[in-house]
Amino acid sequence: MRTGRVYTETTIYAAPREFLAEAPYQLVIVTFDDDGSRMTGRVTGEAVAIDDAVELAEERAGVPVFRRTMVSI
Amino acid sequence: MRPVAVVGIGKTAFGAFADQTLRSLAVASAQKALADARMEPSQIEAFYLGNFAGPSFVGQSHLAPFVAGGIGLAGVPCTRVEAACASGGSAFFHGVSAVGAGLYDAVLVTGVEKMTSAETPRVAEILAMAGDCGTEGKAGATFPALFALIARRHMYQYGTKREHLAAVAVKNHANGAMNPDAHMKKVITLEQAMAGKPIADPLTIYDCSLVSDGAASVILCPLEKAHLYTDKPVQVLGIAQTSDWVALDRKADITCFPAVISAGRKAYAMAGIGPERIDVAEVHDCFTIAEVVAIEDLGFVPKGQGGPFSGDGQTALGGRIPVNTSGGLKAKGHPVGATGVAQICDLVLQIRGGAGERQVRGASVGLAQNLGGSGASCVVTILGAGA
Repeated sequence: MRTGRVYTETTIYAAPREFLAEAPYQLVIVTFDDDGSRMTGRVTGEAVAIDDAVELAEERAGVPVFRRTMVSI
Repeated sequence: MRPVAVVGIGKTAFGAFADQTLRSLAVASAQKALADARMEPSQIEAFYLGNFAGPSFVGQSHLAPFVAGGIGLAGVPCTRVEAACASGGSAFFHGVSAVGAGLYDAVLVTGVEKMTSAETPRVAEILAMAGDCGTEGKAGATFPALFALIARRHMYQYGTKREHLAAVAVKNHANGAMNPDAHMKKVITLEQAMAGKPIADPLTIYDCSLVSDGAASVILCPLEKAHLYTDKPVQVLGIAQTSDWVALDRKADITCFPAVISAGRKAYAMAGIGPERIDVAEVHDCFTIAEVVAIEDLGFVPKGQGGPFSGDGQTALGGRIPVNTSGGLKAKGHPVGATGVAQICDLVLQIRGGAGERQVRGASVGLAQNLGGSGASCVVTILGAGA
Protein backbone atom coordinates (compact mmCIF):
# COMPACT_ATOMS: atom_id res chain seq x y z
CA MET A 1 0.00 0.00 0.00
CA ARG A 2 1.27 3.47 -0.92
CA THR A 3 2.05 5.57 2.13
CA GLY A 4 2.96 9.17 2.73
CA ARG A 5 2.76 12.22 4.99
CA VAL A 6 0.26 15.05 5.04
CA TYR A 7 1.97 18.11 3.50
CA THR A 8 -1.01 20.41 4.11
CA GLU A 9 -4.74 20.18 4.73
CA THR A 10 -7.95 22.17 4.99
CA THR A 11 -11.54 21.48 5.89
CA ILE A 12 -13.95 22.91 3.33
CA TYR A 13 -17.23 24.36 4.60
CA ALA A 14 -18.33 26.27 1.51
CA ALA A 15 -18.37 23.53 -1.14
CA PRO A 16 -19.09 23.60 -4.87
CA ARG A 17 -22.63 22.50 -5.83
CA GLU A 18 -21.41 19.04 -6.85
CA PHE A 19 -20.09 18.35 -3.34
CA LEU A 20 -22.57 20.34 -1.21
CA ALA A 21 -24.00 17.22 0.43
CA GLU A 22 -20.53 16.11 1.57
CA ALA A 23 -19.49 19.39 3.28
CA PRO A 24 -17.69 19.89 5.52
CA TYR A 25 -14.94 17.64 4.15
CA GLN A 26 -11.18 17.56 4.46
CA LEU A 27 -8.86 18.12 1.49
CA VAL A 28 -5.18 17.16 1.72
CA ILE A 29 -1.98 17.28 -0.26
CA VAL A 30 0.10 14.21 0.58
CA THR A 31 3.79 13.65 -0.11
CA PHE A 32 4.38 9.99 -0.98
CA ASP A 33 7.16 8.14 0.85
CA ASP A 34 8.30 6.17 -2.23
CA ASP A 35 9.12 8.92 -4.74
CA GLY A 36 8.43 12.21 -2.97
CA SER A 37 5.69 13.14 -5.44
CA ARG A 38 2.50 14.77 -4.21
CA MET A 39 -1.21 14.31 -4.81
CA THR A 40 -4.31 16.26 -3.86
CA GLY A 41 -7.07 14.14 -2.39
CA ARG A 42 -9.70 13.49 0.23
CA VAL A 43 -9.61 11.89 3.65
CA THR A 44 -11.65 9.00 4.99
CA GLY A 45 -12.03 8.24 8.68
CA GLU A 46 -10.69 10.64 11.29
CA ALA A 47 -9.32 14.05 10.35
CA VAL A 48 -5.57 14.37 9.74
CA ALA A 49 -3.01 17.10 10.47
CA ILE A 50 0.24 18.18 8.79
CA ASP A 51 2.96 15.49 9.13
CA ASP A 52 0.49 12.70 9.95
CA ALA A 53 1.34 9.37 8.33
CA VAL A 54 -1.34 8.31 5.86
CA GLU A 55 -1.96 5.58 3.33
CA LEU A 56 -3.75 5.63 0.01
CA ALA A 57 -6.98 3.83 0.93
CA GLU A 58 -8.78 3.94 -2.41
CA GLU A 59 -9.49 5.97 -5.51
CA ARG A 60 -12.99 7.36 -5.82
CA ALA A 61 -13.89 8.60 -9.32
CA GLY A 62 -10.20 9.23 -9.98
CA VAL A 63 -9.64 11.08 -6.70
CA PRO A 64 -7.15 9.59 -4.22
CA VAL A 65 -8.64 9.02 -0.77
CA PHE A 66 -6.22 8.83 2.18
CA ARG A 67 -6.62 7.52 5.70
CA ARG A 68 -4.48 7.87 8.75
CA THR A 69 -2.05 4.95 9.04
CA MET A 70 -2.92 2.57 11.85
CA VAL A 71 -0.08 2.22 14.32
CA SER A 72 0.79 -1.49 14.55
CA ILE A 73 1.67 -2.95 17.92
CA MET B 1 12.36 48.72 -25.49
CA ARG B 2 11.45 52.39 -25.75
CA PRO B 3 10.10 53.94 -22.52
CA VAL B 4 6.31 53.68 -22.08
CA ALA B 5 4.00 55.98 -20.10
CA VAL B 6 0.50 55.73 -18.66
CA VAL B 7 -1.28 58.93 -19.71
CA GLY B 8 -4.89 58.17 -18.86
CA ILE B 9 -6.75 56.19 -16.20
CA GLY B 10 -10.43 55.45 -15.71
CA LYS B 11 -12.34 53.13 -13.38
CA THR B 12 -15.95 52.37 -12.65
CA ALA B 13 -16.94 51.91 -9.05
CA PHE B 14 -16.64 48.25 -8.02
CA GLY B 15 -19.74 46.56 -6.60
CA ALA B 16 -22.87 44.65 -7.55
CA PHE B 17 -24.59 46.48 -10.39
CA ALA B 18 -27.74 44.74 -11.62
CA ASP B 19 -28.41 47.53 -14.13
CA GLN B 20 -24.98 47.29 -15.81
CA THR B 21 -23.56 44.85 -18.37
CA LEU B 22 -20.01 43.68 -19.01
CA ARG B 23 -19.88 45.98 -22.01
CA SER B 24 -21.43 49.03 -20.34
CA LEU B 25 -18.92 48.78 -17.48
CA ALA B 26 -15.95 48.37 -19.83
CA VAL B 27 -17.10 51.24 -22.03
CA ALA B 28 -17.65 53.55 -19.03
CA SER B 29 -14.11 52.96 -17.75
CA ALA B 30 -12.60 53.42 -21.23
CA GLN B 31 -14.43 56.71 -21.74
CA LYS B 32 -13.09 57.98 -18.40
CA ALA B 33 -9.54 57.02 -19.39
CA LEU B 34 -9.91 58.69 -22.80
CA ALA B 35 -11.21 61.86 -21.15
CA ASP B 36 -8.35 61.75 -18.63
CA ALA B 37 -5.85 61.64 -21.52
CA ARG B 38 -7.81 64.21 -23.52
CA MET B 39 -8.01 61.67 -26.36
CA GLU B 40 -10.64 60.66 -28.89
CA PRO B 41 -11.39 56.96 -29.56
CA SER B 42 -10.14 57.48 -33.12
CA GLN B 43 -6.60 58.06 -31.78
CA ILE B 44 -6.38 54.57 -30.24
CA GLU B 45 -4.33 52.20 -32.41
CA ALA B 46 -4.82 48.90 -30.54
CA PHE B 47 -7.03 47.50 -27.78
CA TYR B 48 -6.22 44.83 -25.19
CA LEU B 49 -9.02 43.48 -23.00
CA GLY B 50 -8.30 41.61 -19.78
CA ASN B 51 -11.18 39.29 -18.97
CA PHE B 52 -11.18 35.98 -17.15
CA ALA B 53 -14.54 34.34 -17.77
CA GLY B 54 -16.98 36.56 -19.63
CA PRO B 55 -18.19 33.65 -21.76
CA SER B 56 -19.09 31.69 -18.58
CA PHE B 57 -20.38 34.62 -16.52
CA VAL B 58 -22.44 36.41 -19.17
CA GLY B 59 -22.62 34.05 -22.17
CA GLN B 60 -20.68 36.19 -24.65
CA SER B 61 -17.48 35.28 -26.46
CA HIS B 62 -15.37 37.32 -28.90
CA LEU B 63 -15.30 39.95 -26.19
CA ALA B 64 -12.52 42.30 -27.33
CA PRO B 65 -14.21 43.52 -30.53
CA PHE B 66 -17.59 43.27 -28.78
CA VAL B 67 -16.44 45.78 -26.15
CA ALA B 68 -14.38 47.85 -28.62
CA GLY B 69 -17.48 48.46 -30.73
CA GLY B 70 -19.12 50.13 -27.76
CA ILE B 71 -16.08 52.37 -27.25
CA GLY B 72 -15.93 53.35 -30.92
CA LEU B 73 -12.71 51.53 -31.83
CA ALA B 74 -13.92 49.52 -34.81
CA GLY B 75 -11.07 48.62 -37.13
CA VAL B 76 -8.11 48.42 -34.76
CA PRO B 77 -6.61 45.12 -33.52
CA CYS B 78 -8.69 43.96 -30.52
CA THR B 79 -7.29 41.19 -28.33
CA ARG B 80 -8.74 39.50 -25.27
CA VAL B 81 -6.19 38.27 -22.76
CA GLU B 82 -7.02 35.53 -20.24
CA ALA B 83 -4.70 34.60 -17.38
CA ALA B 84 -7.26 33.86 -14.63
CA CYS B 85 -7.07 36.60 -11.97
CA ALA B 86 -4.00 38.07 -13.72
CA SER B 87 -5.96 38.71 -16.93
CA GLY B 88 -5.92 42.48 -16.37
CA GLY B 89 -2.23 42.61 -15.53
CA SER B 90 -1.43 40.44 -18.51
CA ALA B 91 -3.46 42.67 -20.86
CA PHE B 92 -1.47 45.61 -19.48
CA PHE B 93 1.80 43.70 -19.99
CA HIS B 94 0.90 43.04 -23.63
CA GLY B 95 -0.14 46.66 -24.18
CA VAL B 96 3.16 47.89 -22.71
CA SER B 97 5.08 45.35 -24.82
CA ALA B 98 3.40 46.55 -28.02
CA VAL B 99 4.03 50.24 -27.32
CA GLY B 100 7.55 49.50 -26.09
CA ALA B 101 8.30 47.57 -29.27
CA GLY B 102 7.21 50.53 -31.35
CA LEU B 103 4.14 48.86 -32.89
CA TYR B 104 1.70 51.52 -31.67
CA ASP B 105 1.76 55.05 -30.24
CA ALA B 106 -1.58 54.88 -28.42
CA VAL B 107 -3.02 51.75 -26.81
CA LEU B 108 -6.10 51.26 -24.66
CA VAL B 109 -6.00 48.50 -22.05
CA THR B 110 -9.25 47.62 -20.30
CA GLY B 111 -10.00 44.99 -17.69
CA VAL B 112 -13.54 43.94 -16.91
CA GLU B 113 -15.60 41.26 -15.17
CA LYS B 114 -19.35 41.03 -14.60
CA MET B 115 -19.72 38.40 -11.90
CA THR B 116 -22.81 39.13 -9.84
CA SER B 117 -25.34 38.09 -12.46
CA ALA B 118 -24.43 34.45 -11.69
CA GLU B 119 -25.53 32.62 -8.51
CA THR B 120 -22.82 32.25 -5.85
CA PRO B 121 -22.26 28.47 -6.25
CA ARG B 122 -21.94 28.97 -10.03
CA VAL B 123 -19.45 31.80 -9.42
CA ALA B 124 -17.41 29.43 -7.23
CA GLU B 125 -17.41 26.80 -10.00
CA ILE B 126 -16.29 29.28 -12.64
CA LEU B 127 -13.49 30.56 -10.38
CA ALA B 128 -12.41 26.98 -9.59
CA MET B 129 -11.78 26.47 -13.32
CA ALA B 130 -8.64 28.60 -12.84
CA GLY B 131 -7.25 25.67 -10.84
CA ASP B 132 -6.38 22.20 -12.20
CA CYS B 133 -9.87 20.86 -12.93
CA GLY B 134 -8.69 17.26 -13.43
CA THR B 135 -7.09 16.90 -9.99
CA GLU B 136 -7.91 19.77 -7.59
CA GLY B 137 -11.36 20.34 -9.04
CA LYS B 138 -12.33 16.66 -9.01
CA ALA B 139 -11.26 16.38 -5.38
CA GLY B 140 -13.68 19.17 -4.43
CA ALA B 141 -11.21 22.04 -4.04
CA THR B 142 -12.58 25.56 -4.17
CA PHE B 143 -10.35 28.59 -4.66
CA PRO B 144 -10.52 29.52 -0.98
CA ALA B 145 -9.52 25.90 -0.24
CA LEU B 146 -6.34 26.17 -2.34
CA PHE B 147 -5.29 29.28 -0.43
CA ALA B 148 -6.31 27.61 2.84
CA LEU B 149 -3.86 24.81 1.99
CA ILE B 150 -1.19 27.49 1.48
CA ALA B 151 -2.13 29.25 4.73
CA ARG B 152 -1.95 26.05 6.78
CA ARG B 153 1.50 25.21 5.46
CA HIS B 154 2.71 28.81 5.96
CA MET B 155 1.49 28.70 9.55
CA TYR B 156 3.23 25.37 10.06
CA GLN B 157 6.56 26.42 8.54
CA TYR B 158 6.78 30.00 9.82
CA GLY B 159 4.47 30.27 12.79
CA THR B 160 2.13 32.67 11.01
CA LYS B 161 -0.95 33.22 13.14
CA ARG B 162 -4.66 33.64 12.46
CA GLU B 163 -4.31 37.15 13.96
CA HIS B 164 -1.77 38.06 11.27
CA LEU B 165 -4.18 37.09 8.50
CA ALA B 166 -7.04 38.92 10.21
CA ALA B 167 -4.85 42.04 10.47
CA VAL B 168 -4.58 42.09 6.66
CA ALA B 169 -8.38 42.06 6.38
CA VAL B 170 -8.78 44.79 9.02
CA LYS B 171 -6.21 47.03 7.29
CA ASN B 172 -7.65 46.57 3.80
CA HIS B 173 -11.18 47.23 5.05
CA ALA B 174 -9.95 50.43 6.73
CA ASN B 175 -8.35 51.55 3.44
CA GLY B 176 -11.42 50.57 1.42
CA ALA B 177 -13.60 52.68 3.69
CA MET B 178 -11.67 55.73 2.42
CA ASN B 179 -12.04 54.77 -1.25
CA PRO B 180 -15.23 56.16 -2.81
CA ASP B 181 -15.09 53.51 -5.57
CA ALA B 182 -14.64 50.52 -3.23
CA HIS B 183 -17.18 47.69 -3.18
CA MET B 184 -17.13 47.48 0.62
CA LYS B 185 -16.69 50.62 2.67
CA LYS B 186 -16.95 48.96 6.04
CA VAL B 187 -14.41 49.13 8.83
CA ILE B 188 -14.07 45.82 10.69
CA THR B 189 -12.36 44.84 13.95
CA LEU B 190 -9.81 42.11 14.53
CA GLU B 191 -12.40 40.24 16.61
CA GLN B 192 -14.92 40.32 13.74
CA ALA B 193 -12.32 39.15 11.23
CA MET B 194 -11.31 36.25 13.52
CA ALA B 195 -14.90 35.15 14.12
CA GLY B 196 -16.12 35.17 10.53
CA LYS B 197 -18.07 32.31 9.01
CA PRO B 198 -15.66 29.45 8.20
CA ILE B 199 -15.09 28.94 4.46
CA ALA B 200 -12.05 26.63 4.35
CA ASP B 201 -10.00 26.30 7.55
CA PRO B 202 -8.19 28.46 8.58
CA LEU B 203 -9.84 31.02 6.26
CA THR B 204 -13.13 32.70 7.14
CA ILE B 205 -15.35 34.90 5.03
CA TYR B 206 -13.22 37.89 6.10
CA ASP B 207 -10.11 36.32 4.58
CA CYS B 208 -11.74 36.16 1.14
CA SER B 209 -11.94 38.88 -1.51
CA LEU B 210 -15.28 39.98 -2.91
CA VAL B 211 -17.29 38.88 -5.93
CA SER B 212 -17.72 42.14 -7.83
CA ASP B 213 -18.66 43.82 -11.06
CA GLY B 214 -16.37 46.50 -12.41
CA ALA B 215 -13.98 47.74 -15.06
CA ALA B 216 -10.75 49.71 -15.27
CA SER B 217 -8.89 51.24 -18.22
CA VAL B 218 -5.53 52.84 -18.91
CA ILE B 219 -4.04 54.53 -21.95
CA LEU B 220 -0.42 53.92 -22.92
CA CYS B 221 1.87 55.86 -25.22
CA PRO B 222 5.62 56.26 -25.70
CA LEU B 223 7.06 58.42 -22.91
CA GLU B 224 8.38 60.92 -25.46
CA LYS B 225 4.78 61.69 -26.51
CA ALA B 226 3.24 61.69 -23.04
CA HIS B 227 3.32 65.50 -22.76
CA LEU B 228 0.70 65.66 -25.54
CA TYR B 229 -1.85 64.04 -23.24
CA THR B 230 -1.00 64.79 -19.62
CA ASP B 231 0.98 67.05 -17.30
CA LYS B 232 1.64 64.11 -15.00
CA PRO B 233 2.88 61.14 -17.00
CA VAL B 234 3.65 57.98 -15.09
CA GLN B 235 6.38 55.82 -16.56
CA VAL B 236 6.49 52.02 -16.66
CA LEU B 237 9.92 51.55 -15.06
CA GLY B 238 9.81 47.78 -15.03
CA ILE B 239 7.38 45.01 -15.95
CA ALA B 240 7.46 41.21 -16.17
CA GLN B 241 5.01 38.38 -16.65
CA THR B 242 5.89 34.86 -15.51
CA SER B 243 4.24 31.47 -15.13
CA ASP B 244 4.33 28.27 -13.10
CA TRP B 245 2.41 25.01 -12.64
CA VAL B 246 -1.36 25.41 -12.30
CA ALA B 247 -1.72 22.58 -9.75
CA LEU B 248 -0.48 23.28 -6.22
CA ASP B 249 0.66 19.69 -5.72
CA ARG B 250 3.27 20.11 -8.48
CA LYS B 251 5.13 22.83 -6.54
CA ALA B 252 8.11 22.07 -4.34
CA ASP B 253 7.08 24.66 -1.71
CA ILE B 254 3.59 26.16 -1.63
CA THR B 255 4.48 28.84 0.94
CA CYS B 256 5.91 30.98 -1.85
CA PHE B 257 5.01 31.69 -5.45
CA PRO B 258 8.04 31.19 -7.73
CA ALA B 259 6.21 33.13 -10.47
CA VAL B 260 5.96 36.14 -8.14
CA ILE B 261 9.58 35.90 -7.03
CA SER B 262 10.85 35.78 -10.62
CA ALA B 263 8.47 38.46 -11.93
CA GLY B 264 9.56 40.70 -9.07
CA ARG B 265 13.26 40.13 -9.74
CA LYS B 266 12.84 40.83 -13.46
CA ALA B 267 10.78 43.97 -12.88
CA TYR B 268 13.27 45.30 -10.28
CA ALA B 269 16.18 44.60 -12.64
CA MET B 270 14.45 46.37 -15.52
CA ALA B 271 13.70 49.37 -13.29
CA GLY B 272 17.23 49.30 -11.86
CA ILE B 273 15.95 49.48 -8.28
CA GLY B 274 15.27 47.15 -5.36
CA PRO B 275 12.29 46.62 -3.08
CA GLU B 276 13.56 49.27 -0.63
CA ARG B 277 12.75 51.95 -3.21
CA ILE B 278 9.04 51.10 -3.42
CA ASP B 279 6.88 53.78 -1.75
CA VAL B 280 3.49 52.12 -2.19
CA ALA B 281 2.28 48.74 -3.45
CA GLU B 282 -0.91 47.17 -4.70
CA VAL B 283 -0.63 43.41 -4.26
CA HIS B 284 -3.00 40.58 -5.10
CA ASP B 285 -4.87 39.91 -1.84
CA CYS B 286 -7.44 37.49 -3.27
CA PHE B 287 -7.12 35.96 0.21
CA THR B 288 -5.38 37.47 3.23
CA ILE B 289 -2.64 34.82 3.10
CA ALA B 290 -1.90 35.86 -0.51
CA GLU B 291 -0.93 39.35 0.67
CA VAL B 292 1.33 37.89 3.37
CA VAL B 293 3.06 35.66 0.82
CA ALA B 294 3.26 38.48 -1.76
CA ILE B 295 5.12 40.90 0.51
CA GLU B 296 7.64 38.12 1.21
CA ASP B 297 8.02 37.08 -2.44
CA LEU B 298 8.48 40.72 -3.51
CA GLY B 299 11.28 41.20 -0.98
CA PHE B 300 9.54 43.73 1.28
CA VAL B 301 10.23 41.38 4.21
CA PRO B 302 12.36 38.26 4.68
CA LYS B 303 10.65 34.91 4.00
CA GLY B 304 8.33 33.95 6.82
CA GLN B 305 8.10 37.47 8.27
CA GLY B 306 5.03 38.56 6.30
CA GLY B 307 2.64 37.62 9.09
CA PRO B 308 4.24 39.53 12.00
CA PHE B 309 5.03 42.48 9.66
CA SER B 310 1.35 42.71 8.73
CA GLY B 311 0.28 42.19 12.34
CA ASP B 312 2.51 45.09 13.43
CA GLY B 313 0.80 47.51 11.05
CA GLN B 314 3.88 47.96 8.84
CA THR B 315 1.76 47.63 5.68
CA ALA B 316 -0.87 50.16 6.81
CA LEU B 317 -0.94 53.80 5.76
CA GLY B 318 1.90 55.39 7.69
CA GLY B 319 3.67 52.02 8.00
CA ARG B 320 7.01 51.08 6.50
CA ILE B 321 5.48 50.13 3.15
CA PRO B 322 1.78 50.90 2.64
CA VAL B 323 0.16 47.97 0.82
CA ASN B 324 -3.24 48.06 -0.85
CA THR B 325 -4.14 51.64 0.02
CA SER B 326 -7.10 51.18 -2.37
CA GLY B 327 -8.59 48.55 -0.05
CA GLY B 328 -7.21 45.76 -2.22
CA LEU B 329 -9.22 42.93 -3.65
CA LYS B 330 -10.53 42.39 -0.15
CA ALA B 331 -12.45 45.66 0.18
CA LYS B 332 -12.11 47.55 -3.12
CA GLY B 333 -13.53 44.42 -4.75
CA HIS B 334 -12.29 41.80 -7.21
CA PRO B 335 -13.97 41.89 -10.62
CA VAL B 336 -11.37 39.36 -11.74
CA GLY B 337 -10.38 40.68 -15.18
CA ALA B 338 -10.47 44.31 -14.00
CA THR B 339 -8.22 43.83 -10.98
CA GLY B 340 -4.79 44.04 -12.63
CA VAL B 341 -5.71 47.19 -14.54
CA ALA B 342 -7.34 48.74 -11.48
CA GLN B 343 -4.09 48.23 -9.55
CA ILE B 344 -2.31 50.33 -12.18
CA CYS B 345 -5.00 53.04 -11.93
CA ASP B 346 -4.63 53.12 -8.14
CA LEU B 347 -0.83 53.43 -8.31
CA VAL B 348 -1.03 56.17 -10.95
CA LEU B 349 -3.39 58.05 -8.64
CA GLN B 350 -0.87 57.72 -5.78
CA ILE B 351 2.07 58.84 -7.96
CA ARG B 352 0.07 61.81 -9.25
CA GLY B 353 -0.65 62.71 -5.62
CA GLY B 354 -4.41 62.42 -6.11
CA ALA B 355 -5.34 59.64 -3.69
CA GLY B 356 -6.98 61.94 -1.13
CA GLU B 357 -7.21 60.52 2.39
CA ARG B 358 -5.33 57.44 1.24
CA GLN B 359 -2.41 59.40 -0.22
CA VAL B 360 1.04 58.14 0.72
CA ARG B 361 3.02 61.34 1.14
CA GLY B 362 5.70 61.78 -1.50
CA ALA B 363 4.88 58.50 -3.26
CA SER B 364 6.91 58.47 -6.47
CA VAL B 365 7.54 54.77 -7.11
CA GLY B 366 4.82 52.13 -6.90
CA LEU B 367 4.63 48.39 -7.48
CA ALA B 368 1.66 46.29 -8.63
CA GLN B 369 1.54 42.51 -8.34
CA ASN B 370 -1.28 40.63 -10.06
CA LEU B 371 -1.56 36.87 -9.49
CA GLY B 372 -3.44 34.32 -11.58
CA GLY B 373 -4.91 31.18 -10.04
CA SER B 374 -2.91 29.79 -7.16
CA GLY B 375 0.28 31.23 -8.65
CA ALA B 376 0.42 29.96 -12.24
CA SER B 377 0.51 33.46 -13.74
CA CYS B 378 2.02 36.63 -12.34
CA VAL B 379 2.57 40.16 -13.57
CA VAL B 380 4.67 42.64 -11.60
CA THR B 381 4.79 46.27 -12.71
CA ILE B 382 6.87 49.11 -11.30
CA LEU B 383 5.67 52.62 -12.03
CA GLY B 384 7.38 55.94 -11.39
CA ALA B 385 6.76 59.61 -11.95
CA GLY B 386 7.63 60.35 -15.60
CA ALA B 387 10.20 62.97 -16.52
